[in-house]
Amino acid sequence: MRFSGFRIIAEALTGQKGWRPLWRDPDPQPAYDIVIVGGGGHGLATAYYLATVFRQARIAVLEKGWLGSGNIGRNTTIIRSNYLLPGNEPFYEFSMKLWEGLEQELNFNAMVSQRGILNLCHTDAQRDAYRRRGNAMILAGADAELLGPDQVRAMYPFLNFGNARFPIKGGLLQRRAGTARHDGVAWGYARGADLRGVDLIQNCEVTGFRIEGGRVRGVETSRGYIAAGKVGVAVAGSSSRVMAQAGMRLPIESHALQAFVSEGLKRSIDGVITFGAGHFYISQSDKGGLVFGGDIDGYNSYAQRGNLPVIEDVAEGGMALMPALGRARVLRIWGGIMDMSMDGSPIIDRTSVEGLYLNAGWCYGGFKATPASGYAFAHLIATGTPHPTATAYRLDRFARGHLIDEKGAGAQPNLH
Amino acid sequence: MLIPHPLLGPRDAQEFTYLGDASLIDRPDGMADGAEAAFCDYVYLRDNPAGVHRELWFHEFGDRSWLVVTRNTVTHEILGAELAADVARRGR
Amino acid sequence: MSRIEGGLIDRSRSLGFTFDGKRLKGHPGDTLASALLANGVRLVGRSFKYHRPRGILSAGSEEPNALVELGTGARREPNTRATVVELFDGLAASSQNRWPALGFDALAVNDMLAPFLTAGFYYKTFMWPKSFWETVYEPAIRRAAGLGRLSMQPDPDAYDKGFLHCDLLVIGGGPAGLAAALTAGRAGARVILADEDFRLGGRLLAETHPLDDAPATDWVAAVEAELASLPNVRVLSRTTVFGAFDHGIYGAVQRVADHLPDPGAQVRQSLWRITARRAVLAAGATERHIPFADNDRPGIMLAGAMRAYANRWAVTPLTRPGQRVAVFANNDDGHRTAIDLVARGVNVLAVIDPRPDAPRLGEYQLFAAAQVTGARGRLGLSSIEVTHADGRAHWLEVSALGVSGGWNPNLHLASHHRGRPVWSEGHKAFLPGPDGPAGLSVAGAAAGQGTTHAALTGGARAAQGALADLGIAAALPALPAAEDRPAIPTPFWHVKGRGRAWVDFQNDVTVKDIALSRRENMTSVEHMKRWTTLGMATDQGKTANVTALAVMSELTGKAIPQTGTTIFRPPYTPVSLGVLGGGDTGPHFRPRRLTPTHAWAKAQGAVFVEVGQWMRAQYFPRPGETHWRQSVDREVTATRAGVGLCDVTTLGKIDVQGRDAAAFLDRIYANTMSTLAVGRVRYGVMLREDGIAYDDGTCARLAEDHFVVTTTTANAGLVYRNMEFARQCLWPDLDVQLISTTDAWAQISVAGPRARDLLARIVDGADLSNASFPFMACAELTVCGGLRARLFRISFSGELAYEIAVPARYGNALMARMIEAGADLGATPYGTEALGVLRIEKGHAAGNEINGQTTAQMLGLGKMVSTKKDAIGAVMSRREGLAADTRRLVGLVPVDPAERVVAGSHLFAEGAAQRTETDQGWITSACFSPHLGTHIGLGFLVDGAGRTGEVVIAANPVEGMAVRLRVVSPHFVDPEGGRLRD
Repeated sequence: MRFSGFRIIAEALTGQKGWRPLWRDPDPQPAYDIVIVGGGGHGLATAYYLATVFRQARIAVLEKGWLGSGNIGRNTTIIRSNYLLPGNEPFYEFSMKLWEGLEQELNFNAMVSQRGILNLCHTDAQRDAYRRRGNAMILAGADAELLGPDQVRAMYPFLNFGNARFPIKGGLLQRRAGTARHDGVAWGYARGADLRGVDLIQNCEVTGFRIEGGRVRGVETSRGYIAAGKVGVAVAGSSSRVMAQAGMRLPIESHALQAFVSEGLKRSIDGVITFGAGHFYISQSDKGGLVFGGDIDGYNSYAQRGNLPVIEDVAEGGMALMPALGRARVLRIWGGIMDMSMDGSPIIDRTSVEGLYLNAGWCYGGFKATPASGYAFAHLIATGTPHPTATAYRLDRFARGHLIDEKGAGAQPNLH
Repeated sequence: MLIPHPLLGPRDAQEFTYLGDASLIDRPDGMADGAEAAFCDYVYLRDNPAGVHRELWFHEFGDRSWLVVTRNTVTHEILGAELAADVARRGR
Repeated sequence: MSRIEGGLIDRSRSLGFTFDGKRLKGHPGDTLASALLANGVRLVGRSFKYHRPRGILSAGSEEPNALVELGTGARREPNTRATVVELFDGLAASSQNRWPALGFDALAVNDMLAPFLTAGFYYKTFMWPKSFWETVYEPAIRRAAGLGRLSMQPDPDAYDKGFLHCDLLVIGGGPAGLAAALTAGRAGARVILADEDFRLGGRLLAETHPLDDAPATDWVAAVEAELASLPNVRVLSRTTVFGAFDHGIYGAVQRVADHLPDPGAQVRQSLWRITARRAVLAAGATERHIPFADNDRPGIMLAGAMRAYANRWAVTPLTRPGQRVAVFANNDDGHRTAIDLVARGVNVLAVIDPRPDAPRLGEYQLFAAAQVTGARGRLGLSSIEVTHADGRAHWLEVSALGVSGGWNPNLHLASHHRGRPVWSEGHKAFLPGPDGPAGLSVAGAAAGQGTTHAALTGGARAAQGALADLGIAAALPALPAAEDRPAIPTPFWHVKGRGRAWVDFQNDVTVKDIALSRRENMTSVEHMKRWTTLGMATDQGKTANVTALAVMSELTGKAIPQTGTTIFRPPYTPVSLGVLGGGDTGPHFRPRRLTPTHAWAKAQGAVFVEVGQWMRAQYFPRPGETHWRQSVDREVTATRAGVGLCDVTTLGKIDVQGRDAAAFLDRIYANTMSTLAVGRVRYGVMLREDGIAYDDGTCARLAEDHFVVTTTTANAGLVYRNMEFARQCLWPDLDVQLISTTDAWAQISVAGPRARDLLARIVDGADLSNASFPFMACAELTVCGGLRARLFRISFSGELAYEIAVPARYGNALMARMIEAGADLGATPYGTEALGVLRIEKGHAAGNEINGQTTAQMLGLGKMVSTKKDAIGAVMSRREGLAADTRRLVGLVPVDPAERVVAGSHLFAEGAAQRTETDQGWITSACFSPHLGTHIGLGFLVDGAGRTGEVVIAANPVEGMAVRLRVVSPHFVDPEGGRLRD
């Protein structure tokens, strides 16, 4: 069924009887050519691009809960390509270009909204670092502008200019960045994949891999054994747990990241703003809720919830940056489990088991990567070679010393 | 969270800085043969269990001891804490 | 009018307030909602999506409809529930989400368009033409979206935070909570009782059941008085426990001054972090409504709320004499509303009950086996349609309708650790599950103990059990005799029919939307919520979630537990960002660390700059200097020509002592320290264990077993932490002790050709000649006639230079003394800007170069990494990827001396296309060099070691610049190092 304004009008006039399921609920087949483990954003996007761009058939996505129940269902919806390092920036810019045509591609309004992201700086050294980053962005074909304090004030006069502990000295603006409706992205890819014959199998947890002669043969699941020619794992948050079933240890720790939404408010903030002197960033959803967040809780966790110190720290940052927030109320606080990698950058690679592929380590930046991650993972699985923008995301880069450490924080995941 | 400091009793976790897996105590010998491979495992690879985890916390805003805390990463329940120096001396 | 006799309001006093500018009156004890009802106001708000006219649904914090903007100007607070606002004199409230007026709202046109605006419609349209989403559709949606307006002005009020500790935290001050607090209080336990209301009693205030044949408020007053008399009990009214966190920590917000016209000197709200050894959740229950066609009309409210308004606040939702009310209930509890209203002389037309065997419990007309199937009255209910089992239907003229679909336990905090509630078929409700937060038990209606008797005894027993865990024996108090008639609803969840029946009022989610969600295979609870936005409104689904689950269960034919459960996340009710931030805002966002010479610098008119938490003097403008560059150039020139002084206290200092101190430092530094002679200083570089350089500084040996390590300002804490890690976790058997002495010593850099001359006037009797105190010497000595000091001959500027340290409290005086003593030598204070210029001219790496991404080799320090010993990071620094990196620190000068060098520019070979693949490096630091008279820079360049003399392009496209630079040695000043050794 093709979605359109005309279809909505037609259904309105005929009592909404014609709407069909967004996707089927098939039982698993005994065997597939390709099994993707994880029905989150990256897994669904992978299946979609495998079926469309790479013309693969007999594909299943196995999801232990409901489609989109991973971090695509619990994030702060920001899309951007404002990275520094050559291993990252071209990949995220590729993702941004996919975002820019996503709705038409999927025939599903994921509400991609290029409202701009402004990273504020508060010291000269920070401004130098943002200049270096802005230049790296432009050199990779992305857009970037370096703003002075007056330009920032003209954009967001309600920020704390007069009474700040760390005065705003400018900012790095990427106008093409913005937000997208996170659930809509998952649903759009799911519907697109389903339409092309991909079996999306919910409530199907992978409990083991069948590996023979160094090659993966299939997966054991809560709904029985499923044979597979190739298996791609995209289960950020649970990567260590799942890959342990294949006997692998990963350069990853799982950490809880909390995020926040306020009660619905009339239009207050147009774009995305990040504070440079504390852990705080904020945007406003199309519904009116202020969506904001800060740092991870900082200790290994699979609990999908966090604690008060970080909640207070985020609020302190928010109040320091934007004192008008005092009378906005936090409506909901939630926590997701992040695959925090050892250099803060992801992994899209083959593994030591033939036919078993890994997509992991997205830290708290996986949402914006969804289209490119799916595309690049599909490229790798279908062709056996990495996508040109994702060649740096190798699993052996840690041993070889080819790290992609944007923050320069080193091998301590909670610092990335 | 509250960390049961073996010397000071329960302390707010905010007084501490978290490092990670207690296996970081077991530093390989840098002068041994094959040290680079051993260090790659030591520096980068983690068990990252969903369940009981032994981990290092530094009482930075307190008495500056490093602790090995045993904590469940699913429930956050803390099963024990001891001085990391004691753990290190007895070789884990 | 609608005010009736009785109630817990103080009729002897009147309070004036306004709603949408209209002047109204109420009494102490009123909420804004009860006062609005007393003034005949039924239309209070508009729904989010369809802008449907809405009244007051509830009498508590679950209110989805009656949201107002409270206050004016910078104090305006959007989305405030009228049902929990304590009335005060001068209160000003306005309706929200309507234009131009509450009674006539242009966007109510959405209601006519509702067939086009079904669940998830926006995912299916607004895609053509492509550009219209962001230029037309989305801006229109964003203009319409949202509820109340944020003032966008700084919040003028103050907030605070505090910590509390107790044996037992009791959450909720109703019958169960009071009984729990009384039990624990009498046992001598440390008790905190927190209640969100401004008056203790909970549901006891809303009901007419006697306790021991006396009004329940008598018992409440007696308990309140006793609790107040117990020193071990703290009662926090107006306090919402909003979240259960790990290890018995609860977050609570106390509304200290929200009920006052002006907070005055008080904080507006306080955040309490309560550490409780045990807690009892006694948060009561929230009534369910029953969706039927047009069930959102103003005047339709929860039956229990209608009863509460009558009994506690002496108001009804009626506006004129002669108007009548009806009740629609699927359980006996709903009938109590009719009984209580009849007793207060309100005209109750009928109770409509879908149960064929519904009992008639009082003097009212009963329609059993009947349903309410429609409602009329856009801005206020005028009539309802009643349909009987045989299909016969008729309209009844009523102006208010109380609806009861049973009660949902307020188990929210019990699921904050993601434990799932369990469905109880006996209660027809979800009850707290077994895996709630450790130490939290649930009592009273929150646990499904639905009668007053059960709540009282349940609360007392919960407290007794919790204290028994702690080894505190508590006797059960004598509790008053109370009603004990449970009211279990029949599983009648919604009225079937053609009209729109609201499930989630605020977000306008109807039964039809849930059905559509089902049709589109959005059947899992999470998909249904996200597709329809059910439960996402400001009440977080308190009045909607369970009903929606039941409706979905009917549609799918699965039992409720198989359909799903719903858990709750913090906060229980929305919490202001102001109170979560507390006092740590504005200039108090982070502590401000002042250097020892701060007062002196301030007196000199220094301009200060934030360096982490430190405030450092950036430069010292002199009269006539109008641009910072004039001051900085002067300070640099004066230093290179005479002598300059700079407070460098912020550099980290770590005292290392012990027999094995030298061996320990050999493992900390990449280079060797054990060979350092006593009385000498060595430059050192530290690596992270992953082989990347992360800090540099000096290491001075004051004695065989005593070293002083200095670090960069930024890494002072981190280096200390890492050294303690190495000491305690890696090499616990080494005899070495560490202490951070950064704040203990004031340290001043004395640099320039006249530095020795100046110091000779300060230092007591020591020989500072080059022979006896050469470059990289150090000593403990005295200055200014006996003041303990340390002197280090080290140089960051490339000049003859020293750093002198004295106990911190003497730093200010020492700076003043040296400036005075050196006046004839040209002694000049310099700030961080000049410090930066001096070190760039000398080619010293700093934070811009040692940024956590660079290696010792890149910094030109590769030879310092010893291969003869095992030090942190040494092994990993030899990995192929790091070893093969050819980027090196180089100096850069503009080919055209008039051009600027800008840090953050990227470097390219001349003539090469400029893109990621051809990128050859970047400029880390740049400044104007007074010494060279041009801009200069430092940067990392591919193959940098062999490119001296080559011209490269510094591309800065983000500022539209590109400059030709020549690669030179990074040591612009005195590359041979003669000056610092003189």
